[in-house]
Amino acid sequence: MGEKILLAHGSGSRLSHDLIDRILAPPLNNPILSRMDDSAVFDLSGRVAFSTDSYVVSPIFFPGGDIGRLAVCGTVNDLSMSGARPLYISLALIIEEGLELEDLRRVVESVAETAAEAGVIIVTGDTKVVNRGKADSLFINTAGIGLIEGEADISGSNARPGDRIILSGGIGEHGMAVMSKREGLQFNLPVTSDCAPLNHLTAVMLAASRRIHSLRDPTRGGLASTLNEFARQSGVGISIEEAKIPVHDGVRGACELLGLDPLYIANEGKLVAVVDPGDADTVLAAMKKNRYGVQAAIIGEVTTEHKGRVVMKTRIGSSRIVDMPAGEILPRIC
Amino acid sequence: MRFIDEFRNAELVRRLADKIARVSTRPARLMEFCGGHTVAIMRNGIRQLLPPTIEMLSGPGCPVCVTANSDIDKAIALAGLPDVIITTFGDMLKVPGSYSSLQKARAEGSDIRIVYSTQDALQVARDNPQQSIIFIGVGFETTAPTIAMAVVQAEKEDLRNFYVLCQLKTTPPAMRALLDLGEIKINGIICPGHVTTIIGTGAYQAYARDYGVACVVAGFEPVDILQSVEMLVQQIERGDPRVEIAYTRGVRPDGNLKALELMHNVFDTAGASWRGLGEIPGSGLKLKVKYARFDAGRAFDVVLPPAREAPGCRCGEVLRGVIAPTGCKLFRKACSPENPIGPCMVSSEGSCAAYYQYGESDG
Repeated sequence: MGEKILLAHGSGSRLSHDLIDRILAPPLNNPILSRMDDSAVFDLSGRVAFSTDSYVVSPIFFPGGDIGRLAVCGTVNDLSMSGARPLYISLALIIEEGLELEDLRRVVESVAETAAEAGVIIVTGDTKVVNRGKADSLFINTAGIGLIEGEADISGSNARPGDRIILSGGIGEHGMAVMSKREGLQFNLPVTSDCAPLNHLTAVMLAASRRIHSLRDPTRGGLASTLNEFARQSGVGISIEEAKIPVHDGVRGACELLGLDPLYIANEGKLVAVVDPGDADTVLAAMKKNRYGVQAAIIGEVTTEHKGRVVMKTRIGSSRIVDMPAGEILPRIC
Repeated sequence: MRFIDEFRNAELVRRLADKIARVSTRPARLMEFCGGHTVAIMRNGIRQLLPPTIEMLSGPGCPVCVTANSDIDKAIALAGLPDVIITTFGDMLKVPGSYSSLQKARAEGSDIRIVYSTQDALQVARDNPQQSIIFIGVGFETTAPTIAMAVVQAEKEDLRNFYVLCQLKTTPPAMRALLDLGEIKINGIICPGHVTTIIGTGAYQAYARDYGVACVVAGFEPVDILQSVEMLVQQIERGDPRVEIAYTRGVRPDGNLKALELMHNVFDTAGASWRGLGEIPGSGLKLKVKYARFDAGRAFDVVLPPAREAPGCRCGEVLRGVIAPTGCKLFRKACSPENPIGPCMVSSEGSCAAYYQYGESDG
């Protein structure tokens, strides 16, 4: 058995400092963080986007990612969906007594790698340790700040009739990857979580068009939730085609087996864009050149009909309403 | 995906729909007994593909939905006992009983765990020898063999802390009860695919013979369902009701003999109370005397408050096919999946949930 986190690691004692010096600081280091003052201090000018999210995924390591990568991607993506360029991230860890130190090291290294990939830096942080049983191994909160360049006004309420709906790739991969490792439900899935920072993808999209009206990453509640949010916020109808929505065969198979609908399964590295029809092909072409947009596809459009609702043309040519999911589909996937 | 995509082939679906429209000349009322079929029909928008001569009704084939309130109350009462762990399929969690639900009981401190198979429930029992593990045995003939297997295994391992609250039901007596009621004239039944895989088609012969009802056993993909509708319409047009199998890749006329033998070794038939249909003799399964020590109903004594039905809830009539979910005043108003008043809005196979989730559209 390796070294474990003790309550004393969170007590502000020598052990706390030791934890910071040995595990936390080395991979994350940067000039703002290394000052080790009570707050991060930096200059900023322009329109600021600010977002926070907490991560309680179980298990903390899953195929294709871990809670550290997820915590960085989640906040980076939330900022990106406002059209912002993410810059600075905070990292707060709530650790359950008894967590393997090695597991913590792996998570922090994953945070550092993901931040480097996204081009953001961790500028401030906090560590707390709670008694065994009071948290499930590790919870993380991140907050982030980004800058919105130019006049970009991106909102879920900006979708207009005629706009095209673009999806950046296959759906349901994160939710099914986490589910496949759940206690009592372990199965081998040829699918890994899609967990990824999308800020470089949104950057090329925004460079390609000034007429991107809405952006959102379909996390909890999946694609169905995001499209319903757009329809309600913008007071429009949305029509999509089942046959155009990319779904990995492994996700489809697992969903069939478990009676789930991929439309409702969480993603952590996908986005949905609502784009002016004149720019849709240009944006799509730009997306396909990015590693996280290779499978991007136009899956439907915004209409004046069935306002506030999402209607899908099925593979067999009939149509059905795609409603908001009711209740939790799978708890603690992010 | 092979073996599925061909049963969702748009061209094949269109050809079947065209054929049905051509063949169907007189009004025909078809009931899909099974909740799985209801969901597949709604999810795929199959009603839109049928001619106006054909009316589709949903039947009582959702095991969670037909569980009587008193049975749900019993599960909730058991959950409140000290040192008891309730294990259940996830579907039961949100189903409202007379006063509460297992989900609410869990929030109030009861130890209730969702399992994906009876094997998981056995594992919970092995892992927690100091506690009593009760599996909520709700289901039809498809679930019964897995529960029978778990009981046999618990016996073999001498697991002393594993119990089943046996609320299993069998479909043929319920179908007959529905036909006997005669509230609605049914011309054809889409017989349940998975249940028939277990029990075979023997029981349906009487419906065709005694009630003149066409019977076709169907699978769950769009092509399966349309094919069964086409076969039913052909029978009805010819005036020649009989039992046919459209789901030949899953069903044999004799059923699954091994599963049937296992069930017969572990269970006796008993009366059971169905929501909407009331007490139906011989429509339930109880543990044989030999396995009585696994019977949670015997092992634990709980006092139940008098059962009651939610005012205005018409799940009973929905289950009998007398009204469609949209015919209930509570539907989409007071009753929604977030705030279900009756079980048909909760279960993933419930008619109300399927209508709510996939509500048809002309779009």
